[in-house]
Amino acid sequence: MSQIIEYSEKVMDHFHHPRNVGEIENASGVGTVGNARCGDIMRIYLDIDENRMIKDCRFKTFGCGAAVATSSMATELIKGKSVEEALKLTNKAVQEALGGLPAVKVHCSLLAEEAVHAALWDYAKKNNLQLEGLKPPVNDIEERDRSAEGSPETHSAEDTAETHSPEGAAETHSPEDTPETFYAKPGE
Amino acid sequence: MDRFIYLDNAATTRVKDEVYESMQPYFTEWYGNPSSIYRFAGESRKAIENARAVTADFLNAKPEEIYFTGGGSESDNWALKAAAFANRGKGKHIITSTIEHHAILHTCRYLEKLGFEITYVKVDENGVIKLDELKAAVRKDTILITIMFANNEIGTIQPIREIGELAHRNGILFHTDAVQAYGHERIDVEELHIDLLSASGHKMNGPKGVGILYIRNSVKIGSFIHGGAQERGRRAGTYNTPGIVGFGKATEIAKRELEKRRGCESGLRDYLIDRVLAEIPYTRLNGHRSRRLSNNANFSFRFIEGESLLILLDQKNIAASSGSACTSGSLDPSHVLLAIGLPHEIAHGSLRLTLSEETTKEELDYVVEELKKIVERLRSMSPLYEDFVKKA
Repeated sequence: MSQIIEYSEKVMDHFHHPRNVGEIENASGVGTVGNARCGDIMRIYLDIDENRMIKDCRFKTFGCGAAVATSSMATELIKGKSVEEALKLTNKAVQEALGGLPAVKVHCSLLAEEAVHAALWDYAKKNNLQLEGLKPPVNDIEERDRSAEGSPETHSAEDTAETHSPEGAAETHSPEDTPETFYAKPGE
Repeated sequence: MDRFIYLDNAATTRVKDEVYESMQPYFTEWYGNPSSIYRFAGESRKAIENARAVTADFLNAKPEEIYFTGGGSESDNWALKAAAFANRGKGKHIITSTIEHHAILHTCRYLEKLGFEITYVKVDENGVIKLDELKAAVRKDTILITIMFANNEIGTIQPIREIGELAHRNGILFHTDAVQAYGHERIDVEELHIDLLSASGHKMNGPKGVGILYIRNSVKIGSFIHGGAQERGRRAGTYNTPGIVGFGKATEIAKRELEKRRGCESGLRDYLIDRVLAEIPYTRLNGHRSRRLSNNANFSFRFIEGESLLILLDQKNIAASSGSACTSGSLDPSHVLLAIGLPHEIAHGSLRLTLSEETTKEELDYVVEELKKIVERLRSMSPLYEDFVKKA
């Protein structure tokens, strides 16, 4: 049924001790990418000052060990940097900083790069800025190669949940059904 | 932290000391090829026939109906392919379910490529096969029904007798993949109308690399492994004497201790399920509440992902497994969890804990306490949980 993938020490370090977990209230920019269908969602919050410096950066991630580690590393790499520098963050840089990723987990680093870009896009939109080289974020990185035209809106996790169309032969419940019918209530 | 808590007994089990000891002489002392003529080889031959008799007795079968194989997957492949080929003249339709093990599902896909038609019958939200759908799927040219005895992920036990009766009423062969149930549940091939049954040694405290295929005497199917005359010419290859001896010993112990073991395990399983559901919010049990394997508990924790959960449990020396995509090597979570109707993100947050007769209540208390902390920690960093809380 399952096997745990071999991760580098750096990846495990960032998984067990993730840097910059959390939220920022009234953030300058927030970006959420990924989808629950594939099991990875990343959200990055940016606090950017008037000199376009990233003063603070936080993340929340639903996903595997690599998803957590890459988001943690991405926040480390852009914290204290200018918006322009952060724009240059690539998934390769994230991978290298983590001492490499298993091949099946490379998509996590793409997602981390995309999450940073999505947060910067949100920041640019809020401030009516044109940032050179900033493309509209693609919510689902699986789609990125296929469609260069991403929606300029950052997607909320709910939006992504809507995209589920379980294909199993069996009937499926819609995500809306789940909370009440599928779970015990807290504190019961 | 020196303790190690193994809760992945559906993946494999520890070979019992008694089993291990029974095998040892056949590595170094009685190493003769059982097919040889001299007396020295006779000891190995006798040991194999003894294991066959014990196995037949457990299933209420005849010794000549038991064929030793290299494991559960081989048995499944043999049963499906050989039954399909042997009955090709009669028809090309096979019925199975959506929650079978990949050894069945991938073999079915292979047979589809060869021109066979497969119907995948659905299961209900508890993972129980829909009998009315199964009935409706039967055609004039249906040659085989293959439905697992108990599911390896969610533990649900199927209504095997009803399926067997349906098959035999319609003159259809009935195969069951009993890999997860053999040695854990009572199985009577006569009472349950089973024609073909696959089982594996390592799921019931026996060695790895050995299994059986039960083939009812009246069933005509061909060989799968061609070669020498072993197993009455139906399964070639030099006998894995120590493995077969271990399989027989594990079966003997399983039969002897079946009721006691089930009682212990199901009591602890229910204790674990009750505690987890009561103490960890937004958690559900996957699989049937009572009609499930005595050692299986499978949960989904909402808002979190299975691989992260496994790594953190591993750090606390707890071995478990998950049906999340990240642990299956694909983007999709377990086909079983999707088949019972779970949305993808909830299937990703699944955890399977499978007990053994050695599991203690104290171990489970430790696991529940650690699990509470881990789930809380992962939720605190989950954007899905954040959205849920803000919406509430």
